[in-house]
Amino acid sequence: MRFGIVVFPGSNCDHDCYHVTHHLLGEETEFIWHKEEKLSGFDCLILPGGFSYGDYLRTGAIAKFSPVMDAVRDFAEGGGLVIGICNGFQILLEAGLLPGAMKRNDSLKFICKDVWLRVETSSTPFTNTLEEGEVLRIPIAHADGNYYADDATLARLKEQDRILFRYTDIHGNPEAAANPNGSRENIAGIINENRNILGMMPHPERCAESILGNENGRKIFDSIVKHIR
Amino acid sequence: MQEPAITEEVIEQHGLSPEEYERVLTILGRQPTFTELGIFSVMWSEHCSYKSSRLHLKKFPTEGAHVIEGPGENAGVIDIGDGLAAVFKMESHNHPSFIEPYQGAATGVGGIMRDVFTMGARPVVNMNSLRFGKLSEPHNQYLLDGVVDGIAGYGNCMGVPTIGGEIYFSDCYNGNCLVNAFTLGIAKADGIFRGYASGPGNVVIYVGSKTGRDGIHGVTMASEEFVDDSEQKKPTVQVGDPFMEKLLLEACLEVMKKNLLVGIQDMGGAGLTSSSCEMAGRAGTGVELDLALVPRREEGMIPYEIMLSESQERMLMVAEKEKEEEIHAIFKKWDLEAVTIGRVTDDGMLRILDGGKQVAEIPALKIAQQAPKYDRPHAESETQRARRSLDPSGIAVPDDLEEVLKILLDTHNIADKEWIFEQYDHMVRTNTVVLPGSDAAVIRVKGTKKGLAVSTDCNSRYCYLDPYVGGMNAVAEAARNVVCAGARPMALTDCLNFGNPEKPEIMWQFVQAVEGMSAACRALGTPVVSGNVSFYNETRGEAIWPTPTVGMVGLLHDVRRFMTQWFKKEKDALFLVGETLDELGGSEYLEVIHGQVRGQPPVLDLEKERKVQETVRAAIEQGLLHSAHDCSEGGLAVALAECCLTGPGPHLGAQVTLDDDLRPDALLFGESQSRVVVSIEDKDLDAFKEIANRVGAPITFLGLVGGKDLKIELQGRSLQWPVEVLRKIHRHAIRHHMTHDTLD
Repeated sequence: MRFGIVVFPGSNCDHDCYHVTHHLLGEETEFIWHKEEKLSGFDCLILPGGFSYGDYLRTGAIAKFSPVMDAVRDFAEGGGLVIGICNGFQILLEAGLLPGAMKRNDSLKFICKDVWLRVETSSTPFTNTLEEGEVLRIPIAHADGNYYADDATLARLKEQDRILFRYTDIHGNPEAAANPNGSRENIAGIINENRNILGMMPHPERCAESILGNENGRKIFDSIVKHIR
Repeated sequence: MQEPAITEEVIEQHGLSPEEYERVLTILGRQPTFTELGIFSVMWSEHCSYKSSRLHLKKFPTEGAHVIEGPGENAGVIDIGDGLAAVFKMESHNHPSFIEPYQGAATGVGGIMRDVFTMGARPVVNMNSLRFGKLSEPHNQYLLDGVVDGIAGYGNCMGVPTIGGEIYFSDCYNGNCLVNAFTLGIAKADGIFRGYASGPGNVVIYVGSKTGRDGIHGVTMASEEFVDDSEQKKPTVQVGDPFMEKLLLEACLEVMKKNLLVGIQDMGGAGLTSSSCEMAGRAGTGVELDLALVPRREEGMIPYEIMLSESQERMLMVAEKEKEEEIHAIFKKWDLEAVTIGRVTDDGMLRILDGGKQVAEIPALKIAQQAPKYDRPHAESETQRARRSLDPSGIAVPDDLEEVLKILLDTHNIADKEWIFEQYDHMVRTNTVVLPGSDAAVIRVKGTKKGLAVSTDCNSRYCYLDPYVGGMNAVAEAARNVVCAGARPMALTDCLNFGNPEKPEIMWQFVQAVEGMSAACRALGTPVVSGNVSFYNETRGEAIWPTPTVGMVGLLHDVRRFMTQWFKKEKDALFLVGETLDELGGSEYLEVIHGQVRGQPPVLDLEKERKVQETVRAAIEQGLLHSAHDCSEGGLAVALAECCLTGPGPHLGAQVTLDDDLRPDALLFGESQSRVVVSIEDKDLDAFKEIANRVGAPITFLGLVGGKDLKIELQGRSLQWPVEVLRKIHRHAIRHHMTHDTLD
């Protein structure tokens, strides 16, 4: 299959994603410059982490206007898989491809650490190799990961089984103490209605090989490959 | 602004002594223009010219088979095999960080990264070494908060992981915090770029941010003591733009990959002045610049201001004329401004024009070669000598030794630094194998089997009591930490932070520290490949403790053999490699429990140190150890506690018997050097003992890993602590102080 990794100026997890999809999974992978207006031949697009355009304003607020985003929208409307990780998730929210918004972390600080995530549904292209209720250890690294959605949106997300990951303790309990940033209902990742656009704050590409002491993140990439094949 | 006339007062304001000004007149053969006076002023500032330190820095060993580039370039370079090189340097940003903590620290990080990618390396590691006054003072909390935020703000945005560092709190830093930033990058060993303006006729290209009035005389400010006007100096602190630097990094690396450059240098301290002077000086050429072409962000800047601006995120490049277009195209792709502002000449002159009109003309080489160099008087003061005397009989052994360990784990110098490093992205680039919180951080080098271990260290209390011994210990401890991660120490960079060198007792501290460090470097085979000197760390005449920070880089041939400090397995045997001596002087224990900063700091036997390191390293390389942890502040008891309570868990306890007749507080909390606590499985004991025997390092059986408590038996006393209790104290101390949050 063929991955495309969108490179905004200020993206800084683009190479980490490339390392996983190309070097570890052995899949064809290409970088896509933010000025590209047409995309073809891709099975899955990754919007990587980083600080697109510096993010001095609101995270992702400028990226949503970049030329490539129209192409990403067309690609997603055609059913292509899109995964936004960290800054990528923030951009998807700003672009309106996913509902809700990101606020500053409750602590007002950047937080980089491993967290526990409970898999809330396995019926998506991104979680099909995972068990519902499975608990994953995956790192976060963000200052603006405090997910907010209004009550109606939250109800719809739940009703449509669109919450993919929640922050929990090691046993899978979504307690307040396990919420690293203040996200509503401990939400760490959501999907769109058509179930082909995923946004998640934790970084699965940072824990996909044994030398880093954790391979939990690889399962998400494996799911994508399984779905496409 | 208008150009003032050159009067005695103006000369003095520029920090030039009458003798130095005489020298300017001799070099020029006439009175300088205002722009020229500015150029001499910054180039001959302590910060740029190293005029007080040069003589002594020569004592450092700087060579080795693996050294590709020693001191003198933007950063040091060592060969790590597989056709790759590690490029690294550490630099201070103390004064700016004290004046404006966020921007001061942020631009310190930005500056050191530019020094590294200027040489063609992609930065992959940031580290730092920080010093503040105690956190009981609200102002110090403000400084710590701002500095950490600044380091995080810049490094995280750049996508360069901050994988570790060290931090200490002492009253001596109340008026003068220290922020030393370290960056390491990876480059192709045959693809190192240098700051040479070679080839007359080649073009000089300016890239990056526009030039503004920020940071003018930043280096002069860094070359003076603080008085009470530090608030007024805020305008001398630059403002960082990490997004701009990220673009600059990617564009520069792209230009370098296509081999389009002759030379390149960061416009850091002293901006356009130092970059153009130094590049011409190194190449023995001249450079002619027209300042009218320099992109500016403000109206009405005069040549003096443009030459002295320290606006961040700027680079000066030299390239062949034919490559000019291709270079411009690459920068355009990244939406950056690249402007040809001059050319290389063959007359050795730094010639500055302003729209065709000449405003300065100085022989480039002479600015550097004839820069003042002082052999400043240095002598030990009486008070310095007196500090080293300590009568241990006057120090009572506390009754409750269990409580002492708890107090020590709660002190901010020993407590967990998680609140700090959680704010740094320490995982981006997916190379970090050992995260912050062990003796040294380890990264893998992608595309090879290798790893690099890095540690920054300096116990300034030791240096305050005996700068020679303190300097030795800084090098030895940094090397030992790297060894505890399984690496062979290769080379180091340093950041030498001292008070006013014009005072003989401060100069004495400097000379002693350099000599002590040099001795340790020679014994351990770790040359100094880069570094920085920061003098005038004084406020109202009160100097900081001498703080020669060391950034040590070690190489692991097989990164899978990395080691961490925490216990891994029940029933592992515990050994001490090295020996505990009857030493209390200079210890954390003596200051915290007895309120005394006195005595002879721990002695260092370099031959023993080498043997201890060799034993530990060989044992790790052969896969014999489960953990290795250096004994430092708080001594053996704190080291054992840290082995129990750090790491991802399960946080195992230990049963230890200390069979020794030293006074119990020296045994538990004394800080004898050259000691490492290791844990090891039964089946590997013989092989381990064989190594220690062959190398000649003393080893002592301490006990066994296991249980939920740390238990220490000594001299009929039985001490016991639940690991969870100790862990909570250790994790809580700094976080609670900074946030008032409690951990679950």
